[in-house]
Amino acid sequence: MAETKINRERCKGCQLCVAVCPQGLIVLDKSLNKRGAQPVYFKGGKCTACGLCFQVCPECCIEVFNNE
Amino acid sequence: MKKAFTRPKSLRDVETHYCPGCGHGVAQRLVCEVIDQLGIRGKTIAVCPVGCAVVAYDYWNFDCCEAAHGRALAVATGIKRVQPDKFVFTYQGDGDLAAIGTAETVHTANRGENLSTVFINNAIYGMTGGQMAPTTLLNQKTATTPLGRDAQREGYPLKVCELLSRLPGVAFLERVALDSAGGIIKAKRAIHQAFVNQLEKKGFSLVEILSPCPVCWGKSALQAQQWLKEEMVKTFPLGRYK
Amino acid sequence: MNKKMLMTGNEAIGEAAVQAGCDFYAGYPITPQNELTAYLAKRMPEEKRVFVQAESELAAINMVMGAAACGRRAMTTSSSPGISLKQEGISYLAGARLPCLIVNIMRGGPGLGNIAPAQSDYFQATKGGGHGDYHCLVLAPGSVQEAYHLVFLGFDLADQYRTPTILLGDGMLGQMMEPLIVCSSPACRPGREFVVRRKRLPTKPWALNGCQGRGPRVVKSFFMQNELLEGHNKILQKNYAQIKNKEQRCEQLYLEDSSIVLVAYGSMARIAKAATAALRKKKIKAGLLRPISLWPFPAGAFEQLLKKKKKLRFLVLEMSCGQMVEDVRLAVNGRAAVDFYGRSGGGIPTEEEILKKILHRG
Repeated sequence: MAETKINRERCKGCQLCVAVCPQGLIVLDKSLNKRGAQPVYFKGGKCTACGLCFQVCPECCIEVFNNE
Repeated sequence: MKKAFTRPKSLRDVETHYCPGCGHGVAQRLVCEVIDQLGIRGKTIAVCPVGCAVVAYDYWNFDCCEAAHGRALAVATGIKRVQPDKFVFTYQGDGDLAAIGTAETVHTANRGENLSTVFINNAIYGMTGGQMAPTTLLNQKTATTPLGRDAQREGYPLKVCELLSRLPGVAFLERVALDSAGGIIKAKRAIHQAFVNQLEKKGFSLVEILSPCPVCWGKSALQAQQWLKEEMVKTFPLGRYK
Repeated sequence: MNKKMLMTGNEAIGEAAVQAGCDFYAGYPITPQNELTAYLAKRMPEEKRVFVQAESELAAINMVMGAAACGRRAMTTSSSPGISLKQEGISYLAGARLPCLIVNIMRGGPGLGNIAPAQSDYFQATKGGGHGDYHCLVLAPGSVQEAYHLVFLGFDLADQYRTPTILLGDGMLGQMMEPLIVCSSPACRPGREFVVRRKRLPTKPWALNGCQGRGPRVVKSFFMQNELLEGHNKILQKNYAQIKNKEQRCEQLYLEDSSIVLVAYGSMARIAKAATAALRKKKIKAGLLRPISLWPFPAGAFEQLLKKKKKLRFLVLEMSCGQMVEDVRLAVNGRAAVDFYGRSGGGIPTEEEILKKILHRG
């Protein structure tokens, strides 16, 4: 099982990761973070640790973990 | 759990001042990843430009020197000539490298200074609020070309890789684009090559990175990525130029 | 061992720079300082130091900034129009607190002016020159020998106070040949009190040489937040106050009993010196005050003179339309008459003209 962690407070809500995730596992949060941006979150599911979300994130606020 | 993708050591764990979807954050991370991979953090001296990337030294975890607008390559020349064993690179935008600093760019390249340059081309002046850059596309609207850039009036987008490719002192030129995850991985490969060239004393290397500026382009991050992929590359074809 | 040679001012400055441990030189051709660049093009590689002919004065001063940021002794030289181009870089060097030596062998201006000797860059050198609240230390040699000494002192003061230092000469000084005593070891360097070298210079814990084994360093002049920039500027001002306090230098001649004091620097002071002697022959109690540091201006010497003697008259002589005279008037502050005589554009006040100016006034 792989997992993606997103730093909610650093996220500026550009949503590039939302568009790039092949599994659609990153979604937009309904509430704002402290900086006033609408952040994204990892909703869980079959993450393959492909790292595309990490690659496109301009804030470098996504970390991808792999168990295998 | 094992970390598969994580922040490189050379990139400080701080928030950036960049707008949402800006390419600088990605490009600066790529620079750090390459520096970590090559194990050269301890001997790196970066020269930061005037423009949006002026405070890159707040994000980079290695020695940095500020330079006046357009003069990064002159400052880098001074640094490298007195410390040839150090790794010295400049990180410059299009206004910095291709307008006010054109003379420094051409002559540093022509001297074949053993330096590496990361050139961010986003076709606009971001820091000052979206004015025309030397690389602004024809018909592109900016704060100072409200009707779109007109070749008769403002001339043509300046093609830095093409321009420098004729100079014998230049070792490596490649144009890449932060237009997708794949493009980003290719950009990293090009930066790696430009940095290795310096370690192997091959001369001047430059990577031109087409990079999104969503806010000044008046687009969402995703639209900006799309415009980069579909429009910008028509004027600035990707690939190896030298 | 001391060695007597015949050298131009330009060459003497070049040789002194090499001997003072200048690691890096960048310059761009401009008359009347070309012999200096050519001299270093030959000498620097001989000593395994760096010489770069830059593509412009802008590039040259910024290359100096790079070398200075690495803690190396760095120098650039030029003449008036070229120094105007360097002002941006000098402001950045001052803002980033980087030491370096900048030589200006002044020629006629404004604009392209001409290549004749002049002193019309006094304002530019002493009042900042570029943007922002800053000063450069400015030293003005009066002979080839003194130019040689002041290069050593200039590098030392730059390092001591972390500030760009300007050696302000004129085309005459750069071009003329004079006997010069050069010496191979610092110990035998002949010198008067004002050129005594610093014994202990501060280390450079800010120099960029890679963060191996320490935290990263940043050389910068950019402080986005108001409080930070104001704080930084206060540090600069404190430094300038110290320099003003400790580094005023001037030569004084016959001032004990003078009622008329000629004030002149550089080549102009040589003519003023001759005029002083001629006046003394005519039983006129004339003296000479020759500023060697133009910034800080030797205001203290004026203060002492005015304290000692109630009735004094100053005549400021310049190869300009009147620049240093403003600092003399500030120092005198209405306590004595301050007259001015100057010529510009390559015109040089002669001994006869100076005598006429004094004798006609009575």
